Amino acid sequence: MIEWISQPWAWYVSGPMIAFVMILLLWFGQSFGVSSTMRTTCSMLGAGKNVPFFDFDWKGQLWNIAFVLGAIIGGFIAHTYLQSPEIIGISEQTIKDIQQLGVPFDGKLAPDALFSWEQFFTLRGMVTIIGGGFLIGFGTRYAGGCTSGHAISGLSNLQLPSLIAVIGFFVGGLIMTHLLLPFIMAL
Amino acid sequence: MKLVKFLLVGILFGIIMTKSEAISWYRIQEMFRFQAFHMYGIMGSALAVGVFCVALIKKFHLKSIEGLDISFKDKDKSFVRYFVGGSIFGLGWALAGACPGPIFTLIGNGYTTFIVLFVSAVLGTYTYGVLRSKLPH
Repeated sequence: MIEWISQPWAWYVSGPMIAFVMILLLWFGQSFGVSSTMRTTCSMLGAGKNVPFFDFDWKGQLWNIAFVLGAIIGGFIAHTYLQSPEIIGISEQTIKDIQQLGVPFDGKLAPDALFSWEQFFTLRGMVTIIGGGFLIGFGTRYAGGCTSGHAISGLSNLQLPSLIAVIGFFVGGLIMTHLLLPFIMAL
Repeated sequence: MKLVKFLLVGILFGIIMTKSEAISWYRIQEMFRFQAFHMYGIMGSALAVGVFCVALIKKFHLKSIEGLDISFKDKDKSFVRYFVGGSIFGLGWALAGACPGPIFTLIGNGYTTFIVLFVSAVLGTYTYGVLRSKLPH
């Protein structure tokens, strides 16, 4: 059983299970959307005193903080007890393309060449980690949601604004991947 | 105690995201280069199930665990905020190879620099809150 679960999961298993998570949250009276936890964090840290956007009762959002704490624990459990015997299997062409950008494929989930602490103290690592994080935090709140809130929850409810947001996600992602990444990875 | 069930769903989510490899920087690169079906399959099948179940919940007025109607809020109508905000997020998604959920799950997987990435994302959200009244929505 454990061996079977420890294999990488196929898309047709993973996708419906993500939908199941969304449905469980609906059944629990809430909705699936992770990026709002960053707004809640600002509010918990007292940002509401100076910025009205963060002046709300964050206690009503504690369920989502519990959810993301769970997401950390789930990552730990999968890493510790359900580790796949094989390295992640991505396309040969992708491996070639990112190698050309100067990011060797190391078979982990996130490349050490960008996300190790050693790399953090390089310009490239810092731009990737700090810049990437900032764009994610700013962009998701501006768009009112991220992949979970718009691409899964919003589109499941056939919301046109969510479709516009998801198109935006891909416009930004394609610009970064094909136009900007070659420069950033050369830093 | 009410929070425990959310913690448990979060744990399930973290395991799914890790085992599906959807938290992988490599998988996100593969997706934005259109070199594999994996990520599109995940999102497509999640949506197929999601659309069907949300329609069922609405049609049969299903109730939540607390006995209340499960309600869906329509998103505000606008174009600029969704398109521009979405594009800014997309830039970060492709650079960091993670969206908000995976940031947490990667920390659990031992990629501790994602703690810094999370702090930076909170700063990004704070900056949006400060500039909000000056931005077109």
